[in-house]
Amino acid sequence: MLTKRIIPCLDIKDGRTVKGIRFENIRDAGDPVELAKWYAGQGADELVFLDITATNEERKTFAELVRDIARHIDIPFTVGGGISSVADVEVLLQAGADKVSINSAAIRHPQLVEDLAKRFGSQCVTVAIDTKHTDATGWKVYTRAGTVETEHATVDWSKRVVDLGAGEILLTSMNNDGTKAGFALDITGEVARAVTVPVVASGGAGNKQHFADVFLQAQADAALAASLFHFRELEIPDLKHFLKNQGVDVRI
Amino acid sequence: MNLVIVDYKAGNVQSVQFALERLGVQATLSADFETIQSADKVIFPGVGEASSAMAQLRSRNLDKLLPTLKQPFFGVCLGMQLLCQHSDEGDTDMLGIIPLPVKRFQTDLKVPHMGWNQLEQLQTPLFAGIAEGEYAYYVHSFYVPLSEYTIAQTSYPEPFSAALQFKNFYAAQFHPEKSGPAGSQILKNFLAL
Repeated sequence: MLTKRIIPCLDIKDGRTVKGIRFENIRDAGDPVELAKWYAGQGADELVFLDITATNEERKTFAELVRDIARHIDIPFTVGGGISSVADVEVLLQAGADKVSINSAAIRHPQLVEDLAKRFGSQCVTVAIDTKHTDATGWKVYTRAGTVETEHATVDWSKRVVDLGAGEILLTSMNNDGTKAGFALDITGEVARAVTVPVVASGGAGNKQHFADVFLQAQADAALAASLFHFRELEIPDLKHFLKNQGVDVRI
Repeated sequence: MNLVIVDYKAGNVQSVQFALERLGVQATLSADFETIQSADKVIFPGVGEASSAMAQLRSRNLDKLLPTLKQPFFGVCLGMQLLCQHSDEGDTDMLGIIPLPVKRFQTDLKVPHMGWNQLEQLQTPLFAGIAEGEYAYYVHSFYVPLSEYTIAQTSYPEPFSAALQFKNFYAAQFHPEKSGPAGSQILKNFLAL
């Protein structure tokens, strides 16, 4: 049975993980490689590394880090943040990333999704969608780190990027992100039912039940969280045993 | 051991090389006939699209060389599909080493088949020390049906070939280089064949 995936997300700035992580048994929790190895050992199914730096110079550092991560961990990982061209993606995949995640660039230039799928295959193209609901607009897609509303309705945009060749959707609800009140079950479920590719739910995880809900009620294929894992408010082995008892297929 | 990874600009070459490094083995990347022919063992990675991968192989004449190899050979993911006869992906004639078709998943489930799924019905020393039901990482939209050459199977939702053996040619649809300690063990088993 294909299992539901649990994915910790690590934000990277200047080659270091950010968000004050507290781990007593890791030599250097600011070292993305050390932290990644620890998560792999804990049973994380995949990892996501987001480059939150901006300049081209820093991006070169990120590619070196990707190579270092690939050298040391034996589970798949996705990298994202500021990717805007086929050339950017080539560098990251050659460094050993399994998938890339593109966000604003797909909005600016949807053709990029198609170009990437043709060149590298859909299996390595994740399109990240930041979405926000207001009563006036319904669920809309936002861009530029969630600061700018686009004209795209979220379900329509999801279908469009899949038609263009996306192999996975990473859906973040801005309404839920940081609330620890649970994932956005409604829009996650709508997108998961509307597209033929896997959907990763992101934003709002606060406890184990939230993961069970997003898998069982919203049919997400994977769920992503950051601070919840980084601050060890939730341990992956505990989470997976809970999910298994709830009837969710997980890799233990 | 003289281990060669076939270099035809496949996407996951780096990951396979790193996985071997973690086992303490240095592999040579090469498209050179003599280097590949004289290798003790050959690893053939691959991700991406079938017809463009075949074009890359043809442009290096590797489509002529690979079928003639006699040493233990290991195709991974697209590397497994390329060993077969024909793929639905781009209606592509493959290397034709293993007389099997490559088909697209026809299912209501999500495609690509992406994530960790279980290996069953394990045969041959490639799976020595691997428990029935062990998890491996998959990401693919096309598959090889079960056949007399199947040495492991996975279900999505119907069972398909997780791994094949045809003479000296071994192949895995999953990614041993990304499948944690079990994947490392499978690579180690191949090196010990």
